Amino acid sequence: MARITLDGVAHSYQTDSAETTYALRRLDHVWRQGRAYALLGPSGCGKTTLLNIISGLITPSSGRILFDDKDVTALPTEKRNIAQVFQFPVIYDTMTVAQNLAFPLKNRGVERGAIERRVREIAELLDLTKDLGRPARGLTADAKQKISLGRGLVRPDVAAVLFDEPLTVIDPSLKWELRSKLKAVHRALDVLMIYVTHDQIEALTFADEVVVMKDGRVLQIATPGQLFDEPDHTFVGYFIGSPGMNLVEAEVDGATARVAGQTIQLARRYPKPPAGSSVRLGFRPDYARLSSEGVLKVQVQKIDDLGRRRLARVKLGPHEIFATVPNDAPINDGMANLAIKPERLFVYVNDERVAGEPS
Amino acid sequence: MTDKPINNRAWLLVAPVLAFVLFSALLPMMTVVNYSVQDTMGANNFFWNGDGWFRAVLDPSTESGQRFADALFRNLSFSFVALLIEVPLGVAIALCLPRRGWVVGLCLVIMALPMLIPWNVVGTIWQIFARADIGLFGATLTGLGLHYNDTQDPVSAWCTIVVIDVWHWTPLVILLSYAGLRAISDAYYQAAKIDGASRWAVFVNIELPKLRKVLVLAILLRFMQTFMIYTEPFVVTGGGPGSATTFLSIDLVKIALGQVDLGAAAAMSLIYNLITITLCWIFYTIMTQLDRRRDA
Amino acid sequence: MRRGVVPKILLAIYLVALLLPIYWLINMSLRTNEDIMSGLTFWPRHPSFEKYSAIFNDPTWVHAFAVSLAYVVINTVISVTVALPAAYAFNRYRFVGDKHLFFWLLTNLMAPASVYAMPFFNLYYALGLFDSVWAVALAHCLFNVPLAVWILEGFIGGVPREIDETAAIDGYSFPRFFVRIFLPLIANGVGVTAFFCFMFSWVEQLLATTLTATEALPFAAVMTRSYSASGMDWSLLAAAGVLTMIPGAIVIWFVRNHIAKGFALGRV
Repeated sequence: MARITLDGVAHSYQTDSAETTYALRRLDHVWRQGRAYALLGPSGCGKTTLLNIISGLITPSSGRILFDDKDVTALPTEKRNIAQVFQFPVIYDTMTVAQNLAFPLKNRGVERGAIERRVREIAELLDLTKDLGRPARGLTADAKQKISLGRGLVRPDVAAVLFDEPLTVIDPSLKWELRSKLKAVHRALDVLMIYVTHDQIEALTFADEVVVMKDGRVLQIATPGQLFDEPDHTFVGYFIGSPGMNLVEAEVDGATARVAGQTIQLARRYPKPPAGSSVRLGFRPDYARLSSEGVLKVQVQKIDDLGRRRLARVKLGPHEIFATVPNDAPINDGMANLAIKPERLFVYVNDERVAGEPS
Repeated sequence: MTDKPINNRAWLLVAPVLAFVLFSALLPMMTVVNYSVQDTMGANNFFWNGDGWFRAVLDPSTESGQRFADALFRNLSFSFVALLIEVPLGVAIALCLPRRGWVVGLCLVIMALPMLIPWNVVGTIWQIFARADIGLFGATLTGLGLHYNDTQDPVSAWCTIVVIDVWHWTPLVILLSYAGLRAISDAYYQAAKIDGASRWAVFVNIELPKLRKVLVLAILLRFMQTFMIYTEPFVVTGGGPGSATTFLSIDLVKIALGQVDLGAAAAMSLIYNLITITLCWIFYTIMTQLDRRRDA
Repeated sequence: MRRGVVPKILLAIYLVALLLPIYWLINMSLRTNEDIMSGLTFWPRHPSFEKYSAIFNDPTWVHAFAVSLAYVVINTVISVTVALPAAYAFNRYRFVGDKHLFFWLLTNLMAPASVYAMPFFNLYYALGLFDSVWAVALAHCLFNVPLAVWILEGFIGGVPREIDETAAIDGYSFPRFFVRIFLPLIANGVGVTAFFCFMFSWVEQLLATTLTATEALPFAAVMTRSYSASGMDWSLLAAAGVLTMIPGAIVIWFVRNHIAKGFALGRV
């Protein structure tokens, strides 16, 4: 299968509610085979709802889902040929690892030889070969999650693998291993994977494209690099990165902006925002440096030495922001100059990024 | 599970319970023990009999021994048959109950009703219900041509007691099983659907294993309750016809309160109690083992 | 859960089979004895409440019901009160002999009443409590106190120990903490426990009839008396039976939301 299409999909758990209160607001998107996607956002943002709509556990209030060109909206889960890995390992206690992995194939009437071959293949991919004969019940949580994953992958025609925060119960020391394993599996099998998480590290390391969601709305779908460098929404800027993007109120007119009584030159021209809208400038600490060439005057409050880099907490007028301190610069309190890279300084009107025109 | 602190002053909190149970259990048992090792020539004239009563009761060739063995056999076969019906039936009905909705609450309340009826009234209900002349059950069975008479035919009497027990106590199995089923997370059912499992496969591979603990609890509780059954058979058949439904409890009370064979009754009581305690011990051990396995 | 129509049919059949004997009793209670003996009918042709009014107007019956209610309530109060601190101790602490004591409590829960009938008779007679509400109330403690401890211990286990520790840090004395903070947290557990104590005491008749003679006769004994008068007074028996089901039905209505949980005794 080459793609999954969401056409005007939206969902509300209650009848007759306004679209703004939907659990999942209207979404059109095409998921392409072989790619790894992450659904990232805080609790309640609708990511699990979206996942369950794709898997068929929920029928959306409106819209259609197409697998390739076939409308599967009304099709139940078991007929959609997807696999799902849940938050906690779901295994069959009474069976061995091998029997667990064989179960979906047995139910579909595949002949014994083919089952054994496929089970061995998948077990090898997931490093479960030595555990094949053991009862699934006694294994650790990460092994059990691998079995859950294995059961999904064992069907050769599986269209997509959906993950619902699968690392939740895994020991932190093992999370990295399991994440790498997931990526390796993805590369080996070239299967569409959709991964729900609230942890940005998981999302950014696992996915080719990340879907950032909040309050039922998809804010941006982009590669991790794009999300970092060009956030479309203030929430994306704030949520991604540690610390997140700095956001300060400003007045924007054409190619200049005024913040706390100081003027900044912008890389692009912006139309005057409508009256009453909130206008903010966003820039990441990574692109804001304390440097003698800077034009903005800020007051240094605290410097955090993080080893690899140093982060300064400074005040730009009344606004508290983070900035990077170059490693060779002297440390001092008091006033300093801040230089912001113009291409990474964005204008957000009512939280949405405005593209502007070239100067 | 963090370790609990050791605090021997907790005995103060436990003291009232201890007092009550000592009073209710230990004290009376002492008098029983007393009687069981003595014999009387009448008029408060007691002399030591050692293990005489015990040997008599446990020896099937003596009259009291035969009586005891018969009653014990009746109890064991009754428990076996009753459990054989109640446990599968209870689980089956629990599976039929929906997972959500107001219907569930209503069904559970209706099902709990038989367990709230005083046991003598249960007996009375079935005394009426099983009669061929005024009871629906009796009338239907005789109307179907079956030779049914619960006061004169031992087989009918026996079957009636089994039916009564099933009617009375299957709800306990249902409620326990239902609670156990509700504890199974939705994700298991969803995963099974995705795996293409049939309804039977879901039952065998997901529901039954997760019900293990509940089923052990249900089987043990019910076994012990059937082992001690008294009021219902007493009211409905009086232990008859003949001694067809004279279970251990009924026999014991008959001897103790009716005749004056206190020694034999006391010995029987102690043996009966010993069997119960042993069963309790098995119950307790299995439950703590299951707990430990679950926490691991 | 099964979907589809078969489970619903099975469930309906079972519920009907369950209610049928109860319905029959109600049916009998609304007919006169002559009517009953004259033929089997599915519902009363000429329903009459005469047996009910006979019961309500008969001081023996009224007294019997009052006695039964009295010892059940007394027993429930005693059992729950005594069990609360013990359940707390079993759940929160380890102490010398705790496992053995818990096991012993369990054996009393399963004690055959028939074994204790005779000894109790002697004991309460010696104490001068024979034929009183107190004798039955105390006798039922044999199995109700362990039951209360067992159920409460399960519910107490559901309250995190951090709450106890926080209260201690905040300076609460133990009794004050227990009454003002802890009890409200296990309120529905106490309710479920009280329900079970009520239920097991209300239904137990062997001890209740053995330990009473004239003053404190429970309804079961009075019902037995109805056997020896002119043949069997079926409709009177039926009416009395129906009345004994009412307290149970009322109590179950109050705890209907917690029934399944209570039956699991927190151990599922």
